[in-house]
Amino acid sequence: MSSPQSQTPQAAPAWQAAPGSAPYAGSPGYTSPIPIVRTHLGNAIASEWTKIRSVRSTMWTLGVFVLLVVGIGLLTGIVVSSSSSDLSGENALSLGFFGLLLGSMCVITLGVLTTASEYGTGMIRTTMVACPSRGRVLAAKAIVFFLVAFVVTLVAASLVAFLHVAMLDGNGAKAPSGGEWLKGTVGISLYIALLGLLSLLVGSIIRHSAGAITIMIGAVLAPLVIALFMFSESLQGVRDALFEYSIPSQLSVFYANSLNTASQSGPSGWDPLWIILGVTAAAFAGAFALLEKRDV
Amino acid sequence: MSRSSVAGMIELEGLTKRYGEKVAVNNLSFTVRPGIVTGFLGPNGAGKSTTMRMILGLDHPTAGDVRIDGKHYQQLKDPLTYIGALLEAKAWHGGRTAYNHLLCLAQSNGIPSGRVRDVLETVGLTAVAKKKTKGFSMGMGQRLGIAAALLGDPRILMFDEPVNGLDPEGIHWIRTLMKSLAAQGRTVFVSSHLMSEMALTAEHLVVIGQGRLLADTSMADFIARNSRSYVRVRSPQRERLLDVLHQAGIVAVESGDGVLEVDGGKAEQIGELAAQHRITLHELSPQQASLEEAFMQLTAESVEYHAHSDTSATGPEPARQQWGDGWKRG
Repeated sequence: MSSPQSQTPQAAPAWQAAPGSAPYAGSPGYTSPIPIVRTHLGNAIASEWTKIRSVRSTMWTLGVFVLLVVGIGLLTGIVVSSSSSDLSGENALSLGFFGLLLGSMCVITLGVLTTASEYGTGMIRTTMVACPSRGRVLAAKAIVFFLVAFVVTLVAASLVAFLHVAMLDGNGAKAPSGGEWLKGTVGISLYIALLGLLSLLVGSIIRHSAGAITIMIGAVLAPLVIALFMFSESLQGVRDALFEYSIPSQLSVFYANSLNTASQSGPSGWDPLWIILGVTAAAFAGAFALLEKRDV
Repeated sequence: MSRSSVAGMIELEGLTKRYGEKVAVNNLSFTVRPGIVTGFLGPNGAGKSTTMRMILGLDHPTAGDVRIDGKHYQQLKDPLTYIGALLEAKAWHGGRTAYNHLLCLAQSNGIPSGRVRDVLETVGLTAVAKKKTKGFSMGMGQRLGIAAALLGDPRILMFDEPVNGLDPEGIHWIRTLMKSLAAQGRTVFVSSHLMSEMALTAEHLVVIGQGRLLADTSMADFIARNSRSYVRVRSPQRERLLDVLHQAGIVAVESGDGVLEVDGGKAEQIGELAAQHRITLHELSPQQASLEEAFMQLTAESVEYHAHSDTSATGPEPARQQWGDGWKRG
């Protein structure tokens, strides 16, 4: 025995004998009757859709989201309409703000869970073995989650908007214009869905559900809280910026009643959407680069 | 496909994985062939799982290359129809049902959803298909993992420690399954840290220790070389017996406690010689050194070799040449 490397297994099956002479040409091997298909992004999207609809956390977070948005919307509507308060020219859509602000926590949670929970359970390895194109996996997750979050938010926000307009007819509320309708339903839903998508990407970067959720909730609340403690005159500029660009404040821009009524600076119109779109795009690039680089 | 690759081959070339200072897999080269069960053996922490993760494209190699059917894993568009893998127990979301878990995998590879029911049937999980997997026992989890591996009806199957934590019935089932998959002409690559388990299932053996290749040999070869058979003899007339054996050309070695060991299966001959010369024997028993011992000796040497490798910067060749000589020194 010269070397244990010699490839002549004594117990080799008959067809494997005669190595060297046209090795294994036309070897029987095993041929599956299953047709071979070239897979594409659509396959990954179908897979992610099955995943997101087949776990209870999706139903829970979205259920609580709808409950918060519709429930708080109804409550504020009832309180305002039964009191003698006058909206003095504000449109009724703006009351939807409170429900969506609280509800956004649910969308953030679902976004994070879509990616980070796979790391917690070990599912990510199964996923990546089934689809080695990591960019495709991330894109499929992003598309499926974004559509789900957008549609659910749009339905809930529109429902609340119609209710408010109907309930507050006699409280001096201005009838919302077409542009205001668009911002208060489609605009705010795009913003919430993008906020969720950003959470999904942070989940993919952090790979830890609790950590990523904490970071995202911190990102929503911290700027406002920090600004509250900036008493010093010299910090006035920083304080205003924190207020104006905090996520709750940007949410309120969609209702044209910015939290910082004092100053006329800060984002307005559709600005918040472009801001979060830019941040999310940057996060996507970062998440993709890390996904490609790191071991699963 | 650049080389004479054949369907169902896994080819490793100088595969290396470093985590900082630690070398998990060191310049590993071997080929896994179709039609047989290839055992991938090594003690815990030898780098078996890391190697398998690199084969599946989960971990990036620090150096070297691994190909499946001549392609990198990342190039496979529907990998589950090439290679099915059982990597670790319960690598899935416990809140999903067994059916939905397999369905999402099938969809990502364009496999008809009818296959999900087929593989659930094959592994015997049809009754719990609609149950959440978090309630599954170890054995059921292992069966679900194997169902996922079989989903694409692939030519190559790879199992990482498949019998871990299974009851005897489950172990028997997996052994039979692996052999039948190989008999169909598939490539079956299975890792284990138990030599005895491999001796029962594998036809070919790849042994690693400390991330290095120690042996790449057929099981029959390994057994022939390592299961040393000898005869244990005890006698109150030890000196006379030694003389008699010496005259008959039989080499006996003293191994303490007045026991003589004679290599080879010469029990009958020794008994007859003793009777002719009226020598009393207290023991005359044929012995077989276990494969487990041979394996331990083989891998222990890799540790020894590793300790010296810092001073003599040599390749993996010395380790390979040492292999098989181990028991003679022991």
